Amino acid sequence: MSTATNAVETAASASGALLEVRGVAKSFGSRDVLRNISLNIAQGEFLTLLGESGSGKTTLLRLVAGFEEPTTGEIRMSGERLDTLPPYKRRVNTVFQHYALFPHLSVRENVAYGLRVKKTSAMEIGGRVDEALRMVKMQEFAASRPSKLSGGQQQRVALARALVNRPLLLLLDEPLSALDANLRKQMQSELKALQREIGITFLFVTHDQEEAMALSDRIALLRDGALEQVASPREIYAHPATAYTAQFIGQTNLLRGDILDGMARCGALKWPAHGPSGAAIFSLRPEAIRLACDAVAPPGTARFRAELQQQFFTGANELLEVNCGAGQLLRVRISARGPLSGEHEFVFSALDAIRVQE
Amino acid sequence: MYSRAYKTLVSLPPLLWVGLFLLFPYALMLAHSFWAVRDGVLVHQWNLDNYVTLFSKPVYIGVLLRTMRIAASVTLCSLLLGYPLAYHLSFHAGARKELLYQLVIVPLWVSYLVRGYAWKTILGSEGVLNGFLQYLHLTHEPVAFLLYSPFAVVLMLTHIYTPFVFLPIYAALEHIPRPLVEASQDLGAGSAQTFLRVILPLSIPGLLAGATFAFVLSLGDFLAPLLVGGASGTMIANVVQSLFGAAYDWPLGAAISVGILIITISLLFLSERLEKQWSFK
Repeated sequence: MSTATNAVETAASASGALLEVRGVAKSFGSRDVLRNISLNIAQGEFLTLLGESGSGKTTLLRLVAGFEEPTTGEIRMSGERLDTLPPYKRRVNTVFQHYALFPHLSVRENVAYGLRVKKTSAMEIGGRVDEALRMVKMQEFAASRPSKLSGGQQQRVALARALVNRPLLLLLDEPLSALDANLRKQMQSELKALQREIGITFLFVTHDQEEAMALSDRIALLRDGALEQVASPREIYAHPATAYTAQFIGQTNLLRGDILDGMARCGALKWPAHGPSGAAIFSLRPEAIRLACDAVAPPGTARFRAELQQQFFTGANELLEVNCGAGQLLRVRISARGPLSGEHEFVFSALDAIRVQE
Repeated sequence: MYSRAYKTLVSLPPLLWVGLFLLFPYALMLAHSFWAVRDGVLVHQWNLDNYVTLFSKPVYIGVLLRTMRIAASVTLCSLLLGYPLAYHLSFHAGARKELLYQLVIVPLWVSYLVRGYAWKTILGSEGVLNGFLQYLHLTHEPVAFLLYSPFAVVLMLTHIYTPFVFLPIYAALEHIPRPLVEASQDLGAGSAQTFLRVILPLSIPGLLAGATFAFVLSLGDFLAPLLVGGASGTMIANVVQSLFGAAYDWPLGAAISVGILIITISLLFLSERLEKQWSFK
């Protein structure tokens, strides 16, 4: 476990986490959307709920926002019960998936909305709205209607409208999914910079694992309404707990084989492995496999010969699909080196074959 | 692309229909309003006398004002009934939404005349309501103002036009994206503030359309006053009807009709302008 994650978790348990989700479940009729979710979010943390559509990530976000009530369990914020409060009494603000800007109000009025309903003085509203618009670089559009703005600009207004209320926790529901690829990258970087600058805790929902990896302090991976793994991006990538996680986060080769007398076997592959004998699943990342001619081979290195079947050039890398015999296909990622063909010898370190649960 | 001949062929029937049954009668009506009746005979003599009569005889202006007052009351009453109903259906009815919607629509299938007679039965001095009031000993003799009064006309027209007001408001409310309501709550607004700051402004086009329906339809109504209005509930359309009928003064009737037409068209124009101003697509 990385030191960053340790530090975050220690801080959470010492001062009390900002948000505590305790044994929360949610059912719609007979359909269980969330099952026994327990999760702490520390002050200042950027936590991402990652999962496929239907995994329950948006439902969990809506429970925190107050648009849904948990069927069982409770949610606490700064130690106090949150799930019993109506949405308008929570110090939580949301950036909605399609922004949900008020079409009849100008950008300025949209941003001022939260302060206005709380009867903030006109002078304070003016100052804080200006500040929020400056923060997202939208001052010059203050008088425009949302319909006149591009997707990225609407996104910024939505962000300013939420942040101007100085929430303890900002919820973001797939806020970048409606943007095209380039703009999304740019907004990711701005979002991360903004979060560092203002230090507000972010709870971010996405189905895009790359986005989750790039932005988060920690990722909570949801599968069918249950938490699959909660860890920092590096931790979850390097040590996926389950086969599902290994496949969902990045690319991997899942090796289903068995361990016998300290050796793992899977088809043509064989490498030293600890653990009790019996069936086992391993995750071996494509970049952990190298061409034998490129690598020194310390003890614990596994070797195998395989025939190249496909080669995809992706710029900095080549992605190879190789056949190690009997139809066992592996994916291998090596740095770009020109067209290859025929049979090659490959190596990987036994330490990179990570044992995972089903 | 469609050929020119095809386009002409397709657009000809509706154009003919509108021309023959709408524009031509309007032109005829306009012409009549500048003609006169001498010794019981219509003469094609161009003059402005009908319009002078219309503005100088207090009876016509009086009835016109009463008509507008009744139409305004009907509009107000059906808005007060239709808006909350539409709001409830759109936002809070849940699974019963479809059923309630049908219940609102069903009365539209019942003949106007049948509903008129129903009100007669309810409001008359021997009617259901008076019988009930006397049974409760709230009154000792029939309450007279219930039937044959502007009140009865407003009641009946409100009953008839509330679904017409309900429909466009309901459609407007249904078109409000629900995340906007959640966004408002998320930003700290309770139900009342959310309604006033988000839902009401975004439903104004529907509200205007509904109000225009109720006002314009009431303005031209002549059956309700005929059935339940009595002398004190006479409306301008009844005057027109009698001028074209028993009184045989088509030119004056036409002049009044032109007046109503001008009011109606101005209202439609105004309402469309306002609706545009309040839609934010």
